[in-house]
Order: sequence, then C-alpha cells, then structure tokens
Amino acid sequence: MASGSNFHRLPEPEYKRLTMTFDGRTIEARSGDSVAAALIAAGVTVTRTTPVSGVSRGPYCMMGVCFECLMEIDGVQNVQGCMVQVREGMSVRSMAGARTVSDARTPGDG
Amino acid sequence: MARPSYDVIVVGAGLHGLSCALNLAREGLKVVALDKDHPGRHASGVNAGGVRRLGRHEAELPLTMAALEIWHRIEQEVGDSCGFVACDQIKVAESGSEADTLQARLLRLRELGYDHEQWIDADELRRRVPAIAPHCVGAVLCAGDGSANPFRTVMAYRRAALSAGVEIRENCPALALSPAGSGWRVDTPQGPLDGGAVMNCAGTWGNTIARALGEPVPVTPAALMLMITERLAPFLKPVLGAAGRTLSFKQFDNGTLLIGGGHRGTAEPECNRSRVKMVGLSISAQTVGALFPQLADVRVVRSWAGLEGMMPDDIPVIGPSSRADGIYHAFGFCGHGFQLAPITGRIMADLLVRGHSGLPIEAFRIDRFAAADMAAMDTPEQRISA
Amino acid sequence: MVDPVPLLIMGSGPAGLAAAQEAVRAGVGALLLDEQPTGGGQIYRALGEATGERQKTLGTDYAAGAPLLTVLSAQCLDHQPGATVWEVSPDGTVYYTRQGQARAVSAEQVILCSGAMERPMPFPGWTLPGVMTCGAAQILLKGAGVFPASGAVLAGSGPLLLLLAKQLIGARARLAAVVDTTPADNYRGALKYLPGALRTPGYLLKGLSMIRTLSASGVPWYRGASGLEAIGDDAVAGLRFKVRGRQHEVACSNLFLHQGVVPNVQLSRSLGLEHHWDGLQRCWRPILDGWGASALERIAVAGDAGGIMGARAAEAHGRLAALGALNRIGVLSETERDRRAAGARAVYRREILPRPFLDRLYRPHPDYLQPADDTIVCRCEEVTAGQIRKYVELGCLGPNQTKAFGRSGMGPCQGRVCGLTVSEIIAQARGVPLEQVGYYRIRPPIKPVTLGELATLEQPEDA
Repeated sequence: MASGSNFHRLPEPEYKRLTMTFDGRTIEARSGDSVAAALIAAGVTVTRTTPVSGVSRGPYCMMGVCFECLMEIDGVQNVQGCMVQVREGMSVRSMAGARTVSDARTPGDG
Repeated sequence: MARPSYDVIVVGAGLHGLSCALNLAREGLKVVALDKDHPGRHASGVNAGGVRRLGRHEAELPLTMAALEIWHRIEQEVGDSCGFVACDQIKVAESGSEADTLQARLLRLRELGYDHEQWIDADELRRRVPAIAPHCVGAVLCAGDGSANPFRTVMAYRRAALSAGVEIRENCPALALSPAGSGWRVDTPQGPLDGGAVMNCAGTWGNTIARALGEPVPVTPAALMLMITERLAPFLKPVLGAAGRTLSFKQFDNGTLLIGGGHRGTAEPECNRSRVKMVGLSISAQTVGALFPQLADVRVVRSWAGLEGMMPDDIPVIGPSSRADGIYHAFGFCGHGFQLAPITGRIMADLLVRGHSGLPIEAFRIDRFAAADMAAMDTPEQRISA
Repeated sequence: MVDPVPLLIMGSGPAGLAAAQEAVRAGVGALLLDEQPTGGGQIYRALGEATGERQKTLGTDYAAGAPLLTVLSAQCLDHQPGATVWEVSPDGTVYYTRQGQARAVSAEQVILCSGAMERPMPFPGWTLPGVMTCGAAQILLKGAGVFPASGAVLAGSGPLLLLLAKQLIGARARLAAVVDTTPADNYRGALKYLPGALRTPGYLLKGLSMIRTLSASGVPWYRGASGLEAIGDDAVAGLRFKVRGRQHEVACSNLFLHQGVVPNVQLSRSLGLEHHWDGLQRCWRPILDGWGASALERIAVAGDAGGIMGARAAEAHGRLAALGALNRIGVLSETERDRRAAGARAVYRREILPRPFLDRLYRPHPDYLQPADDTIVCRCEEVTAGQIRKYVELGCLGPNQTKAFGRSGMGPCQGRVCGLTVSEIIAQARGVPLEQVGYYRIRPPIKPVTLGELATLEQPEDA
C-alpha cells in the first residue's frame, strides 16, 4: 500500500499486480482496477483542475456519469479514468484545465 | 364584442419576426407578434450564430453591410451585447482550383465595388490559424465580421420588443388569414386578431401564408445540424469555412468548438421537430479531421438540428405580397439569415411606413419563381386557408 | 455495415441480464451492449471475477446475482462489454463505440436497461476532491477490493448509506462518522405506507440488520443532520453540520454522499419519449406500458431506467420487457408471452410493494433539493444555485432557456448531475409545479464521442 493512503485493499492475493505511472510517479495497481480506482487506492485525491476556474477535482461517481475523473491516459487527453482498466506500464497524467491542441505538424515531423 | 386590433400582426416571433416587430413598434405602431411555439424554438435559437459577410450572395451584399453596422452597436439597438464578438471570418482553399474559384469571386466583388474580402496566402493563413493542416494553399479573409449567441440574441430582441410595446403571443399559431375591412384578420387558438397589415416571418412555415394568398414559393424545410465539443485551450481565433466543403467552424471564448456545415438531419415540420442524422455529422467530423487532424481525440458533447426554410436560389423572400395589399414577407433565409436579422426588421418597417426601403430588395421579391420551379416542389400539408 | 439484429439490450445489470436470459430461452440471438468491462451492472459489478473475500465483504445480496451472470456465456448471446452507446434513434438504430471504433447497428427491438444513477446532493464543498458518492465507494469495493480504512464520513439518507456502513464496518474500516440527513418528519410521513411494505418484509428486516450493525459498531452516528458543509482547501478535510440546532464538525479525509438514486433517463429523453414526474420519488420516468414498451414501437425501457424499483424488481421487469419485445418481433405468441411472464409479473408486483414506504421515508432533505445560493449545482460548468435563481429573475422559464444566460448543463456530463436540481430550483423560484418547467432537452450524443470515432463511423447504408 502506498504511504499516505487511507484506502486499503481486501486481502486478495489472487489479483495480479500491475504498475502504471501517474504524473511520473509509479503506482501499484491490480488487474481489474479502473485507472481511477488504482489512483484512489494509492492515495491520489486530485486528478485534474477545471477548465472553468482552475480548482482541483477528483473522481466522484466512479461509474461514468459525472466526468470529474477526466485524465490523460497514454497521451489521450480528457479520458474518464473510471471507465478504463489499468494495463501494465500505462502512463497517466492529471489534466490541467482544458485539453490542449498542438499546431499543425509540418511535413517531416512524423 | 371588440376584437383585439393592431396596426400590424407579425406571424412568427423568431429573430426576423421580433426584429420586424421591434422596428415597427419604434415607428409608433401597435404590434402583436405570434409564435406557434416560443421565440427561438427553431432556426433562430439554434443556428451557428455567424455574423458573416464572407461569401454572401451578390444580392445580399448591401443588406449584409448594413446589418453589420447594426451588429457593431447591437447593445444600443437591443440593450444587450447578444454575445457578439467581432472576429475575422476565413474560407480556406485546399487546392489550386479552389483558390482559383475564390480569387475569381474576389475579382467579381471588386467589380461590384466591394473590398471586404481579401486573399491571404498559405503563410499568412498559417500565421492566423497555426493548427491548420499543411495542405491548405491559402484563404479568403473577411476582417471585422464576428459571431454572436443565437438564443441570447433572440431573448435580447424579445425583451427589446416587449419594452418597445410589442405584444408577444406564444403557443399561438396563425390558423387562417382573411380580409377584414381595410386590413386582415388572423384566426388563432386564442381567438381572431385584426390588423391593418400582416408580416409573414414564419420561417420554414412561411409558405403556408404565401400559398394561402396564391403566391406559393418553392421553399423546403431543412434540419441544419450543428455539433459542439468539450472545452479546448484557445487555438482558433477566426471563424473558419472551407471552399470545397460545407463547414462552419469556430471556437468560443469558453473553449468549446462549434462545428456546422449545412449537413442536414431529418426535418419533420409537420411534427414541429427535427433530429440529427449521424451520417451528416460523420461527414462534418471528416471535414474537421481533414483540416485539423490533431483534433481526432476531441469529444463531441452535443449536437442538434434547427428547422430552416431553404430556397432554390439560396436567397430569402423579402418584400410586399404580389397579390394582396397590406401583407409583407420575410422568410426562407436558407440557413444564413442570422446576420441579416437586424436589417430585415428595418427594411420591413420602412416598407410599411414609407412604402419603400433604402436598400435594394428587388432580387428577393416573392413572385420571382417561374411555374416550373413550383411544379418541382412537394406540396406539404396546407394549414392556412384564405 | 453491421447486420440488423432482432433484439438489442443495452446494459447488463439485473434488467438487461434477465432480458438476455429470456431471449436465450426463446432462441433469439440478442446483442447485449454494456459500457462496463464486465457484466452485472452496478449492483453485481465484477461479481464474475470476485474472490470469496470480496463476496463475503459485500454480502449475500451481491452474490445473489451469480445465476443471472451465467447467461453471459450463452452461445447465442452476443455480449459486447466496453461498448459505449451514444445515440439511439427512434427507428431502432443504436450507435456505440467499442475499442475506439464507432458503429451503428439496427435492431428490430431495443430494450434500454441503463439503470440508475445517484441523485445529486449539492451543498457547499461537495465538489472538493475526496467527496464521492456512496455508490462510488461500493464500486471501489466491488471492482477493486479497495475501501477507506480510516477517516471516512458517510453522509446523506437512504438504504445504500446504511448498507455501505455495514459493509465497511465488516471490512474493519474505522469510520469517522455516519451523518444521516433523513428529516425527522419523514418517519411520520412514511408510516401510512408501512402496511404495504410489510407485505414484502425482507427489505425492512435487512434495514434493521444494517441499523443494528451500525449501532453496535460504536461509529458516531448523527441523525437528523442538516446544513451540511464540506470544508477543506484542495481536498475535503471535514464535514460541518447541525443536529437540533447544534453545530458539529467531524474531520475526515473522504466523504461519501448518498440521497437515493434516480433513473438514468438520458437515452429515453434523447429519444423524445414522454416522461412524467414521479412526485414520491422526485424524479422523471418515461411513460411505459406493462411490458416496458414505450410510445416508439421499437423501443422499450426496463429496470431502474424506467423508475426506481430495486434489483429484484428490475430483474423481473427485464424479463417482462424481453417477453414483450419477443412478442412484437413475432417469436412468441401472446399466449406464450403471457405464460412465460406469469412468474416474473408476480415477482415484480411483490418486489415493488415496499417502494412507496422507502421512497417516502428517504425523501431528500429540502436543503439538497433547493441548495443555498453559493452552492455549485452544475459541477462541470461551475454554475451556482444563486446564478440559476438570477436567470429566473431575468425571465428564464425552464432548464432549456438557461442556455441564454449561462452554461449550466452544457459541460461534458451533459446535465446528468445538475438536471434535477436545476429543474427543482427553477420551479421553486417561479412558484410553479416542477412538471411545468420540465427538464433539459437531451441532445445526442448522450456520451461524448470523439471526432475521429464519428468520422470513421461504420453505419447501415440507409441511416
């Protein structure tokens, strides 16, 4: 269990352990976890700041209704973290305000 | 029993109807505006809000110029900003032949004495729209156009009309039209109303009055679709269109993207509703994908369709009836009437009060269609008898 | 292009699974779409993979879903988990995205089993990180075996609040407090419905067992609480509330809220179905016949999506809806439909008997139907109750006109979380019945779909 988390896991050795990163920090997860559940288990409370006022928010409903747990998962912004299952090596980042748009790729950028 | 009596009965309290009512009331006339639903239920309330001169039909140029002047001081006109923001409008060329077409139009505009549209090359386009796909070769730019919030605009006109003394009757369709004394009687579920004149601003349903007067026009209903995305960090200042595709694309101040493009949903005017069709939205999404490939992961949060009256020559009917005194038409704006609304009301008030408008409206006369055009159109259920 | 299917079931909770069972039994190849990665809905979430430890913690009502889940392995059922439905059109075309690919499929009959969602419970601070729903806590337990071992407060009203308390106590969590907001006069108001509820006494006995567990646990249990306020800077740190005029404050690191569940009506609304206002449950429900069929000949609604009824009633309702649909597509005669439906109809009638009692007993506290002016109502767009009231002063008549004034309901959740509250506020501010102000007009897509998915949509030729 990550230090600082009020959340514990039931004693269930059956589930496979996975690792992912959140804002660069390594997080331990179990197979079957949603990304949001794994983060909560690891003591993460804030997963984004809002595009309206910039205040912090975290997961709220965990069932795809509220869209509070929007995060960047493997490079895709504004994904509902409660609706995606953890995969080994997944890279997750918090969202800071609105999603961003890159300039056009110039030919040769790949 | 005294029947309610007005100088003018405006049928249809959408944006054009409200603008007519407001301008007529400001001329000191007693005006009632009827709406079968409520103001802004269809095209007026749910369009893209483009305040655009770019790409206008030649016949509309004098009107669009005059309308823009009012838009730039819309707060004085109706007491609310209507969410109007001035910005550039850009129409992108994706190939040399598209560029040729756009430049031919620019030449024609110069001949007519207009210079509001300007050519910009690929580098300048990229400077103004850094996110645009690299294959775009240039664009036409119209500086000083803008966009506004449609529903807010309708509500602002509604409030302004009410405070100018207009009576607005909602859920009050015009059922029948008949001559009464020197004027007209309009039967409604709320009883008959007498008016010295009638303004037909019934949008998609405008033909029902025209038909009753024996001057039907080939107007067809269309459900024009729009969609809107989640918020994005600011990346697009101008409103964007494309020469070779139907597209209206802009980013609001709040970061959301509005994607329109004239693709049509299912219009059911007889049921008073419309529905989006995913096939058309899919084409709009493909268009955005071609011009901004990096937006593929952006989420669409809402889509909708608004019922609008389309004309075969893509311009509205504006002017007096060719058959009956005291009846005036302004409908069939073909999906680009929003910008014109402030001036339509002015024109209609001038026609009624002064007998003429200072602006050229000959091209919009109701009897411009030949019998052949009429034969080609379907005949929707007639609701009004005269 | 995907071939048409005879029966499409959306949602694999009790109603959807039972509907699938009836289809399988009738030999009809149904398509079962569900947004979640595994079948079971929220009530039986992840039950198929749950360890003995997890089942023990969650209790017998959770494990009771096992027989229903067996249908997922039936040969003729096409179960597609992880499928997000974002549009259903009145002609029975269903649009969904799965594994990044958007598709459309036409169905002769569609049964919407989209279940329930938590009723919003807005009060100052409810948007702070660390504040979640009691449903979310259960999802953490069911889906990941994760629970708040310390520092959690449960607040609100309703059976789920007590059930969660019992489950957490069973998992040896040290709860900071349970703060019950059920108004005292609800008990008096519910009394007249008690005789009906006693005809199906199981629910009440379970409730008493939960209450006993909570009483015996030593967890501070505040009843009749009002004036809730979550405090904290960047995350919740405590809950303030009043009990009989006395101010309390409990420190916490997590706050779980509940004040009942309401039907998820996004799809039925988006289809344009007529809904009526259920005054006892204080929510909208689509108008359906005895087979869950709607006014659209291809669309039926089953389970909590058609009105809150609970898991057992939803299961029976799902059967009835499937049998009705199988009759409409000509697979079952009316006689055969009615014969197969007899058992389910009896279960349904019995299981909904306690509803009026529960609905009245757990009617939300007025504080959270009419939040104070400074409370955020629309979480996505950060619109407060006071702003909505201001819109009404400016002439706003209903939820659909709020867009002329601001952006409530226009964020990514598409009004799911704020819709009921916005209608309640406008109705009270205008002094008219809620029915008269109506609800948001729900526009497709009912779940966000990406431009890329939309651009590559595979759809029937004639869509």
